[in-house]
Amino acid sequence: MSKDYNTLRHVVRLPHSYAAGPVWTRFYEGLKEEKIYGARCDKCSRIYVPARSFCPNCHENLDEWVEVSQEGEVVSWAYSSDREFFGMQVKPPFIIALIKLDNTDSNFLHFVGGVDFDKSAIEAGQRVRAVWNDEKKGHMMDIKYFEPIG
Amino acid sequence: MDTKKMDYTILKDEIAIPYELAMGPTWTRFFEGFKQERIYATRCPKCKRVLVPARSYCPRCFVETDEWLEVSQEGTIVCWALTEYEYFAIPIKPPYIGALIKLDGTDTNFLHLVGGIDLSDPEYVRKTIKNGMKVRAVWNPEKKGTIMDIKYFEPMK
Amino acid sequence: MGRPVAIIGVGQTKHGRRFDVSYPELVKEAVDAVFEITGIDPGDIDGVVSGTMPSMMEGVALTHFYFADVLRSVGKPIMKTETCGSTGASLAITGYYWVASGMADLVLVVGSEKMNEGDSQATMTTVLEPFYQRYFIAGAPGIFSMQSQEWSVRFGIPEEKIRAAATKLTIDHHKDAFDNPYAHIKKELTEDEVNNARIITYPVRLWDVCPNSDGACAVIFASEDKVRQMDRKPAWIKGVGYSGEEYWFGDSDKVVWQSAIQASREAYKMAGITNPIEQLDVAEVYNPFTFQELLFYECFGFCDFGKACDETLKGTFARDGKLACDPSGGTLCTNPIGATGLIRVSEAALQVTGQAGDHQIPGAKLALAHAMGGVDQYNAVLILGSEL
Ligand SMILES: [Zn+2]
Ligand SMILES: [Zn+2]
Repeated sequence: MSKDYNTLRHVVRLPHSYAAGPVWTRFYEGLKEEKIYGARCDKCSRIYVPARSFCPNCHENLDEWVEVSQEGEVVSWAYSSDREFFGMQVKPPFIIALIKLDNTDSNFLHFVGGVDFDKSAIEAGQRVRAVWNDEKKGHMMDIKYFEPIG
Repeated sequence: MDTKKMDYTILKDEIAIPYELAMGPTWTRFFEGFKQERIYATRCPKCKRVLVPARSYCPRCFVETDEWLEVSQEGTIVCWALTEYEYFAIPIKPPYIGALIKLDGTDTNFLHLVGGIDLSDPEYVRKTIKNGMKVRAVWNPEKKGTIMDIKYFEPMK
Repeated sequence: MGRPVAIIGVGQTKHGRRFDVSYPELVKEAVDAVFEITGIDPGDIDGVVSGTMPSMMEGVALTHFYFADVLRSVGKPIMKTETCGSTGASLAITGYYWVASGMADLVLVVGSEKMNEGDSQATMTTVLEPFYQRYFIAGAPGIFSMQSQEWSVRFGIPEEKIRAAATKLTIDHHKDAFDNPYAHIKKELTEDEVNNARIITYPVRLWDVCPNSDGACAVIFASEDKVRQMDRKPAWIKGVGYSGEEYWFGDSDKVVWQSAIQASREAYKMAGITNPIEQLDVAEVYNPFTFQELLFYECFGFCDFGKACDETLKGTFARDGKLACDPSGGTLCTNPIGATGLIRVSEAALQVTGQAGDHQIPGAKLALAHAMGGVDQYNAVLILGSEL
């Protein structure tokens, strides 16, 4: 039905420059040195990673920086096999996962990789460790993925 | 924390979102007309206004408008603006004149370009282009069934 | 009519190019300011209204979700209002309705935009009709140039006179902006500089056009009961008017501009205003373009049609004139679009509560705030007063 009539094909393109601000700039700078920084809230003692400028729980400004562990455990994950998402840089297959880095209080969203996607199953609780790209851009993708350990 | 400007990271990105926009029967027929260098309108059975581009309903009377008529390719300029500035994602490059044109025998103003004159000097344009001036459609030889099948409207002698 | 509603506090960011903070952090500045100024506990807010112009201005859709943490909205109802350039005024009206209805006593209303992060005009072209009209409308200036061009011819106003009036407006506003600590562009301009500036869309030149600003504005709307419990001067909402038009650019008259006329008359009627130029003390007219500001004076009945240039050149709308218009410098100097209409409302609130600082109009008791949105399609007017 819809194809009985004409359509107009068109791509909307919008360029963007997102300001990272001081806190995320420092976080990105850390990635260049293969360090992952969190920020600790004085009031509730939670450690947020990536570091944030304020605690979303207490609304306190956060200025205590802590380098956090590059190891943690998978909290939840999803496997994307073949559907390519327009605009997404990483091509399937890939596994996205929420990872609780050791001694932090927020879940860190990234990829799990370094596994044979056809054979291996990832379980919640799986221990993983950050694998870095050789070339650093001060960007979340400076971490290539988290690979299973142990 | 030091808040001096511009020392911080800027993440650059370009969002591109593809669309396929459905024209539906009325606008399909309108643009098929363009391929034959015809401009079609529809007339409202209630208020009798001639609407161009053709519409499927009258936005004032909320009734279907299914009486089709071919309208004149000549009309008069209602208002215009000469653009000197390049806008991202606008395919037409400056300078150009956007104008509302009242095609003869119609009751809405048709938005398009006025061209066919030297646009390099705003003073010349200002002295040449006047509201109420008669203009006529000039067609692109190649037709794609879009609004750009009309190249522009040129002032008539 | 609903219950009486007042604005009990406003917070603004410093507006400008704000690459020093991420977008949520920018919004947080305005929200933190309004809670600090009012002393209200964020936990006492019943609901939150948030808005930006079109979401994709900043490359993040559903901005109110993006800001959920900084809006202190966890566990609360949150509404988004988005009406293009009139977003800020629509946000205020949404907050007003919520309290007036009796469904809430304290509502936080926040408007924001980070225009420098994206390409603002590219985003705005996505507002335009895609089959027939998008190609020809050069962002906002193209539309407004055509509108003012038709206005000048219809009322036989000589181009030189319009130029002179527009030049006076932009010189005055950019000077007024020095007295507004939050304003973006503050500049001493000369007539030569303005008259010979680069053409954007003829006859609109650079200094006739507002800047791209990053900024946010937060306002708390309160019921009469809440106002009585607080030791703060309220700015009462005396009238609201919001009016729209047909969609197609070219179908309706943008000179004798129905939505602008109707919105103002609805607000006047509700506020009991019969003679705006005599009764109003100050007006924060949405003025992204000098030429359009002149047309608004006429549509709002500040003077007859065709007379705004003469009255402007006489100083009628200057800060020391009969009706001070945009003593803050207005939209012409500061335009974070999703916040802009709310800034107009905030400035009106500051004026009628005597808190406008260096740009205070002495003794102001009744103020108009306005914003316009879409392809000349919508207008919103609010009247604020110092007395209920
Ligand atoms: Zn905390
Ligand atoms: Zn009709």
